[in-house]
Amino acid sequence: MERRVKKTYIISTIVENKPGVLHKASNMFRCRGFNIDSISVGPTEHKDLSRMTITIKGDSATVEQVVKQLAKLIDVIKVSALSLGSTVVRELALVKLHVADARARSDIINYANVFRSRVVDVAPGSITVEVTGSPDKIDAFITLASTFGIKEIARTGITALVRG
Amino acid sequence: MVEMSGAQALIEALYKEKVEVIFGLPGGAMIPVYDVLRDSKIRHILGRHEQSVAHMAEGFARASGRVGVCMATSGPGATNLVTGIANAYMDSSSIVAVTGQVPTSMIGKDAFQEVDIIGITTPITKHNFQPRYASEIPKTVKMAFHIASTGRPGPVLIDIPKDVQSNTADMIFPNKVEIRGYNPNISPHPLQVKKAIDLLTKAEKPVIMAGGGVILSNASQKLQAMAELLLAPVVTTLMSKGCFPENHPLSLGVLGMHGSAEANKLILEADVLLAAGARFSDRTTGKIEEFCPDTKIIHIDIDPSEIGKNKAIDVPIVGDLSKTLDMLYDSLAKRLEKREDSPWLRRVRQTREEFKGKMIDQGEDLAPPKLLKKLRELLPNKAVITTEVGQNQMWASLYFKVFEPRTFISSGGLGTMGFGFPAAIGAKVARPDVPVVDIAGDGSFAMTANSLATSVLEKIPVIVVILNNSMLGMVAQWQRLFYNRRYSAVELGAAPDFVKLAEAFGAQGFRIGSLDEFTKVVKGALKSEVTTVIDVPISPEENVFPMVPAGKGLKDTIYG
Repeated sequence: MERRVKKTYIISTIVENKPGVLHKASNMFRCRGFNIDSISVGPTEHKDLSRMTITIKGDSATVEQVVKQLAKLIDVIKVSALSLGSTVVRELALVKLHVADARARSDIINYANVFRSRVVDVAPGSITVEVTGSPDKIDAFITLASTFGIKEIARTGITALVRG
Repeated sequence: MVEMSGAQALIEALYKEKVEVIFGLPGGAMIPVYDVLRDSKIRHILGRHEQSVAHMAEGFARASGRVGVCMATSGPGATNLVTGIANAYMDSSSIVAVTGQVPTSMIGKDAFQEVDIIGITTPITKHNFQPRYASEIPKTVKMAFHIASTGRPGPVLIDIPKDVQSNTADMIFPNKVEIRGYNPNISPHPLQVKKAIDLLTKAEKPVIMAGGGVILSNASQKLQAMAELLLAPVVTTLMSKGCFPENHPLSLGVLGMHGSAEANKLILEADVLLAAGARFSDRTTGKIEEFCPDTKIIHIDIDPSEIGKNKAIDVPIVGDLSKTLDMLYDSLAKRLEKREDSPWLRRVRQTREEFKGKMIDQGEDLAPPKLLKKLRELLPNKAVITTEVGQNQMWASLYFKVFEPRTFISSGGLGTMGFGFPAAIGAKVARPDVPVVDIAGDGSFAMTANSLATSVLEKIPVIVVILNNSMLGMVAQWQRLFYNRRYSAVELGAAPDFVKLAEAFGAQGFRIGSLDEFTKVVKGALKSEVTTVIDVPISPEENVFPMVPAGKGLKDTIYG
């Protein structure tokens, strides 16, 4: 029964850093009916390798299939499903807020400080805040920000590394 | 290092892979390659449609155990290959497809005959490549053959832009390649093997389900030894038909939607099921929840993703089947006494008696079961059979007994009508020493009948037996059984006249009206140097039984 419980999983893969690899990996998800929650891709310490960090919601049987199907791709070198306890997980979001007046502006700056986030742009009528942390923390900031009115959000999706 | 063009490097690399024959069709974006091919020792067999050349390559691969090669030009040439590539992917056949592409400077500009064949074939190839520099070609070909033929085999596509074919470079031809993301040689885990041995030692009613992997890993003899040691009856899938002799006392035949009565019945009584290189496809298992729900299942497969994909498994073993069977056999032979009989075998014999004769001798003279039984008598055991898809295929699966691996070639996973005839041509090229017969339906054969030109002009004689009911028979059967006889778009009428069609291409055609006539014509066809098309009119009302209705379990098999 445990196989049926849906949870969020983080799948970390090391892939060949060359054209077409992202397509091959993401296409596999679409073909087999798996849904990607977020995906982030970037270089690693080796310039011919990239890391893809993918989060999905599913039961353990689904995650097992996702890992095996990714591993089957020739351009995928290593795949692991990370367990949250032993993993450092980070995401970055840029949140552009509506600023009604001076009071709102100072409130937003105060809240941003509480979240250890940074104000990266100020304009008449808007402030852009950069929040980094776990997805939960970002969700919490966005909930708070929505009381001021959110103009735009850009989230990077999760990236993660195993501790130690 | 040798300086040569990309096209020369391609043909040289194929030659180094011991390719003797290419099935193909040229076009604008492949002219540089075809120019080199003209002077090559490799035989080129000209198809009349790219779908067929891909099927020919697959027929060649499956009859020989080697890699089949097909070629097409860019755009429509490439898209026409797609069905054939998908077929090879579903049935794990090792083919390498080479396509032309517009010059690199034109890619992405919607140029004439440009299509993104890499994007299109990503989900239906084991891997695909688009070399951007001529110098990459030798290594790319080496990798393509390595990937196509090792591990779980599959199709690989190489898409070569026209300028990459024409440009020259200093070429290095590697003797081997290492691909860091690809390690096909998986040894089975000893602990898992031990678990399987424990289960099999205690099994009272073991059944072996052999899949296509048995043929792919050339493990037929090992499987037979295992079955005899365990006294385990063997069911095959459509893909593995022939891996176990169907006249062996332990053979139950093919199981599944149109499986044999005893296979569908007895597999559900097994206490331990040894699934060897099978993938638990829906046409094989029926409703998966009702497939052996209380049976302990051991699943051996070289592809880890097959394990647990469709069915939860008690003892998964990832590894080469041949190697795994060796390990299992060595231990089991020490533990198990040689026996001649068991209560389970008595049950098997009793079940076989129950169903005996129920199906095969029914119906008119030319009813497919009788006809196929006669055809079997007329052919040597080594003859290679291909089938089309639909009723003809299921009749062949049920009533045409096969005794040797690689002698039954059918489109299993994709179910591609039109597969059988070009596959027969490919198989005949691989096995010119044996007769090759396509068991066809009128609907399927019409789809790739233009390959008659190839078979006649390239002197590749095969025999086509058309079970002609002037219907898309399988769809008609479903409409009869489940849609209250409301035929919709299944009546094909009397067109074409297949005898005249065969003759128009320079083949010989016969329409037969009796079993005696059939015998005479087949005997003649076996000696003929041209392809023979035998049109056998059968009743349009004929159904294939047994049958498991779609969505039902094997226990709901209808016997007719």
